[in-house]
Amino acid sequence: MGERTLTAARKSALAVSATAALAGDAAFSKYANHALPKRAAVAAGLEAYTGTWDKRHAGHLLRRALFGFTAADLDKAVSLSAAACVDALLDAPEVVPGLPLSTDANDPTPIGTSWTVSAYDGNYNGTRQRSLQNWWMALLSGQGFSAREKMNVFWHNHLATELDVVGDARYAWVHHLLLRKNALGNFKSLIIAITTDAAMLNYLNGDSNTNTNPNENYGRELQELFTIGKGVEVAAGNYTNYTEEDVKATARVLTGWRDVREGSTSEFLANKHDVKDKLFSAAYGNQTITGRSGADAGTLELKDLVDMIFAQAETAKYLCRKLYRFFVYYDIDASVEANIIAPLADQLQKGGFEVKPVLATLFKSAHFQDTLNQGCHIKPPLDLVIGSLRQLGIALPDGADPLKQYSLMAALVGEAGRMQQEIGNPPNVAGWPAYYQLPVFYEVWINSDTLPRRIQFTDKLASAKGYGYYTDKSFLAADALALAKATSKPGTAETIVAEWSALLFPITLTDVQLKYLKDVLLNGLPDYEWGVEWDDYVAAPTDATKIKPVETRLRALLTAMLQLAEYQLC
Amino acid sequence: MLKGNGMDRRDFLKLTSAAVPLAAAGPVARAYASPLASLAAMAPPSDRVLVVIRLDGGNDGLNTVLPLDQYANLAKARANILIPEAKAVKLNAATGLHPSLAGFGKMFADGRLRIIQAVGYPNHNQSHFRSTDIWFSGSEYNQILSTGWLGRYLETVYPNYPDGYPSKDFPDPPAVQVGSSLYTLLQGAEVPMGMAVASATSIYSLVPAGTDIAPKTPAGHELEFIRQMATETQKYGESLKAAVAAATNKSTLYPATGNKLSDQLKGVARLIAGGLQTKVYVVSLRGFDTHANQVLAADVTTGGHANLLTQLNDAIVAFQDDLKLLGLENRVLGMTMSEFGRRILSNASLGTDHGTSAPLFVWGAGVSGGLLGVNPTIPAAVTVKDNIPMQYDYRSIYATLLRDWLGVGAADLAKVMLKDFPFLPLVGTPIVPRGEAAAGEGLEPNFPNPFRGATTLRYRVPSGERVRLRIFDTRGGLVRVVVDGFHAPGSYARTLEAGRMAPGTYICRLEVGERSFQRPLEVMR
Repeated sequence: MGERTLTAARKSALAVSATAALAGDAAFSKYANHALPKRAAVAAGLEAYTGTWDKRHAGHLLRRALFGFTAADLDKAVSLSAAACVDALLDAPEVVPGLPLSTDANDPTPIGTSWTVSAYDGNYNGTRQRSLQNWWMALLSGQGFSAREKMNVFWHNHLATELDVVGDARYAWVHHLLLRKNALGNFKSLIIAITTDAAMLNYLNGDSNTNTNPNENYGRELQELFTIGKGVEVAAGNYTNYTEEDVKATARVLTGWRDVREGSTSEFLANKHDVKDKLFSAAYGNQTITGRSGADAGTLELKDLVDMIFAQAETAKYLCRKLYRFFVYYDIDASVEANIIAPLADQLQKGGFEVKPVLATLFKSAHFQDTLNQGCHIKPPLDLVIGSLRQLGIALPDGADPLKQYSLMAALVGEAGRMQQEIGNPPNVAGWPAYYQLPVFYEVWINSDTLPRRIQFTDKLASAKGYGYYTDKSFLAADALALAKATSKPGTAETIVAEWSALLFPITLTDVQLKYLKDVLLNGLPDYEWGVEWDDYVAAPTDATKIKPVETRLRALLTAMLQLAEYQLC
Repeated sequence: MLKGNGMDRRDFLKLTSAAVPLAAAGPVARAYASPLASLAAMAPPSDRVLVVIRLDGGNDGLNTVLPLDQYANLAKARANILIPEAKAVKLNAATGLHPSLAGFGKMFADGRLRIIQAVGYPNHNQSHFRSTDIWFSGSEYNQILSTGWLGRYLETVYPNYPDGYPSKDFPDPPAVQVGSSLYTLLQGAEVPMGMAVASATSIYSLVPAGTDIAPKTPAGHELEFIRQMATETQKYGESLKAAVAAATNKSTLYPATGNKLSDQLKGVARLIAGGLQTKVYVVSLRGFDTHANQVLAADVTTGGHANLLTQLNDAIVAFQDDLKLLGLENRVLGMTMSEFGRRILSNASLGTDHGTSAPLFVWGAGVSGGLLGVNPTIPAAVTVKDNIPMQYDYRSIYATLLRDWLGVGAADLAKVMLKDFPFLPLVGTPIVPRGEAAAGEGLEPNFPNPFRGATTLRYRVPSGERVRLRIFDTRGGLVRVVVDGFHAPGSYARTLEAGRMAPGTYICRLEVGERSFQRPLEVMR
């Protein structure tokens, strides 16, 4: 695992409170799972979902496949069939993003031009790293009707590197592009590419793995975290799926690679490569990877290694479990293992490790759409931050003024970071604990520091003043009147409550809760008074003394809704 | 109609120039100077609490405080709902209360209730939401303010809130609202200056608002986890729980069921008794939007409005009783507010539509009791357009309570109220000063007050001591010595003739041995 080399300045820039830092490491709430919860078995399997296709089911798909969705996204999803909607999300044409730009006046790279082709400069690497995060955040915010950004973050979590540890923003950028290009592509070819990726070589010490001085770091994580996964330790050093001997053999296969600053690429040095044969354990059928010499040796042995690992049924299952925990639910019981994971893994392996068809099967399945799988995620911070902006229909500044746009994105990166999910900087190579930490899983996102932060964030978005950024000269605020107007009958309190609920919550509220929300809107008045006040506003839509009364009530309702625990579900 | 506090700038100068150099009055000097400096018997301002009761929907003032001297015309305007004079709880010959407010009548007689007539603002808005926004924010009729008047006040006490709070010196929430969503009343520039506790019944468990049974699904499992965390992370959850655990209610007068306001005030009493240092509590009683069936045709003293006033009466009576038993009555002052009064003319549905000004109550042991203002004049032929003219700007109540009850200084007051408003005689000596006074000792509210010509000052002396009863002007200048000599134990009454006293506010101070009591008096034009 890479060493954390945060500078003091960086640490203070993150400004993570002591509580949050503690929570980020492993201090879970005392209320979080002490054991996996027992749930009723989900009978539905991977057969296609054929039930009702309404806002609830479409919303469920969008919640999981996107970082939040707009009201327009939801309308579009409902207008398609369930299968067509999944296809639309997975087949959306890739939009090639612009380059991350310099926003540092001191950087020799002029503001508004990209530092990705500038020479490395240790004085500005930090601000370039921040720029990369901000650029990424803007991509997430502008994701469109496509699962690509979500899958990009899936891979970022699965093949985790830390921007601040990698230490060259240009490496991190090239690394990001690799994940982006393969986000809905081929698992196996991504693993081959990532192995010789400059950032990964740097992060997991592949760059110092030589014939005379082998470094096992990457060889271990490749198996433990990226491909086959660590099984039960059946004997000392034997993790069922691989052994300590296999870690050593893998490291030797990968000797000789190092990163190259120029072009943020890598090269193979044949004279640093271990040319002897590499013997693997019974876990891999006692296979041997033939030692080679010459310029092609590294590439050829890497191919043999990946072929060997991917030939193991466990590798496909391991990835399918990761996909399941990322997109469906954290608990994989025997029935899910048998009815969902195994057939998906079979499809993945038989399909040559193309990921998109497997996702299509999963997303279109009756199992995915089962009621029991709805709303059982706790929104990851990125989903909360970006999703809230999208669900509330808040327009974000475009790139016309990069300083302004990046300033907002920096603020949002910071928000999600303080909620324990900083894009580009997962806590370690294992990714975020929400996706692997037994038995708490998603509950790790919520602790006594992060929950108030989440609510403060949405409180600000719902307020009249809004969420301040760009040295507090600009504000993001939900347009409560527009959100009300977008409902089918804004003059009716019940309609606003019901339609906003469908937009904001993954599960249906009880009658008691709907009544509570209506009371918040009406502030104790009889129902018809809302219609009276709304009509007064409609009759004089530019009169502040008519606008404000209804706007204030709508903001109170929105605030109350965003404060409900249901809003934290996904 | 009484203008402002009954005194204009010219009168004020006349009053003060004799006693003090003009310059000393200062640019913001008011006819009614703060009594705080000398009210040693009362709890210090830092210990004082303000309880705000919101009467939600617009309370019908004319059926609450009955202008008996206007009944001839009123009977023509609202015959179907008018409370019969015979049923009124009489305050004096001209004014009475709704029969449901018998407890208020007793409080009035005891000098613990101040009734301010016709409170409102110029160009009164008849939209619930807009007028509520105005009352909550303390704005002009045509001004949009995004903060609440109590929010702005609490920002002066809790600078930079919520950063750095709770702290050693400020361990408790600035304000507590019983109810699900915080009123903009408490809104500060950045955040609400208080916390809401979901409902009266869950005030002790601090369950997040809008919580109901979670489904038995994986989603329900996570929902319950998040709700537990939400409860746990209530910033002030621990201090509220500790306060609740530290005290019990003592009054037996709280209605067992059917009084939602009483449940809320019972919780508030317990929090105050438990040592919570919270300055402001906000509670509410809903249902005052009585467009229909405000009264029952068979008996107009019953019906929806009567039920609400009964709840108001019983809740406050029990709350005051509890505060007294808990030894807290000198710390707590309450006020009511409602977005507007209702139309003079009743409608055919046994109800009333949205109106404008209405009476407002300030109550508690620290109040300067009595009636302020005059009965509204009801025209002979009331039309649907007729409403009750304002006598007192609602912000005069706010400004006065902030200054005289909560001890807000001039600079902060300017920040909170945004402009100057005339102060009113609302705050007086507690009937039983804390700690030192002998039983039965003290100064009763003078009657009538405000007065023209003469008023009666009543006081009680439990043991033979030197007694001085003197009248001071608002700058502290001695105006009149009413009594100065040894008294035998007993009750006394003295008549104060206004004589050449200029219209305005004066302080009546009773000194018994080394103890003193005082109340404001008001001389009308």
